[in-house]
Amino acid sequence: MTIKEITEIIDGKVICCEEKLSTQVEYAFSSDLMSDVLTVEKENLLLITGLANLQTIRTSEMSDITCIIFGRDKKIGAEMVSLARENHMILVESPHSVFHISGELYKAGIKSIY
Amino acid sequence: MQFRHKISGGDFARAGNVASAVKKILRQLNIEHSVSKRIVIALYEGEVNVVAHAYSGIIDVDIDEEKIKTKITDIGPGISDIEKAMEEGYSTATPQVREMGFGAGMGLANMKKNSDSMKISSIPGEGTTVELVNYIKPHAG
Repeated sequence: MTIKEITEIIDGKVICCEEKLSTQVEYAFSSDLMSDVLTVEKENLLLITGLANLQTIRTSEMSDITCIIFGRDKKIGAEMVSLARENHMILVESPHSVFHISGELYKAGIKSIY
Repeated sequence: MQFRHKISGGDFARAGNVASAVKKILRQLNIEHSVSKRIVIALYEGEVNVVAHAYSGIIDVDIDEEKIKTKITDIGPGISDIEKAMEEGYSTATPQVREMGFGAGMGLANMKKNSDSMKISSIPGEGTTVELVNYIKPHAG
């Protein structure tokens, strides 16, 4: 599924790297614990989180995460956008909860890692 | 190839800068992705540990044809019980560290998982040194 389709399902607003919305993702992981994200070995992953700070972006850079969806309208700061842009990472804000986003995407066919 | 980076304790805005720089260098050197990813994750965890727990630190990276050696040396409170610190779930992290998405007591274990060898030495009240080795090519033993 493309990030564009995913964004539509979750009423998402794209904050960074709109030009990459045709990127395909197969797997997603939901977590606010970055230590947990760092143990995931899958590539080309979608991260769904409620944690909006610079370390969310840094962790995603190290873990080769393609796209981050922030639940509950968590605000993405300018520094986060700049770091994400440097690493070609798509950032999406959604008004829905992490649980809601995860449920909708699972229903739509996005796979769970574990 | 050898290089050295300094890190400041408590500076969460810069935590990850060293791992990010190393990631770019490894990519330029065409090091296999599965190898570079492990070293980058281990290094990032180490860097976050210094920022979270120590006053300052130095990271030395030494890359040759066979392996990547990383040495993280910090000036800080040290670890009084290394065995306990290695246990998953054990952490002395502050609420500020937890707000950053860390401090779950998984870092050292994940560094071990992502390296081919890891040595920790520490003097309580002085600091901690972690040495990591990752082999670039499959290594016997």
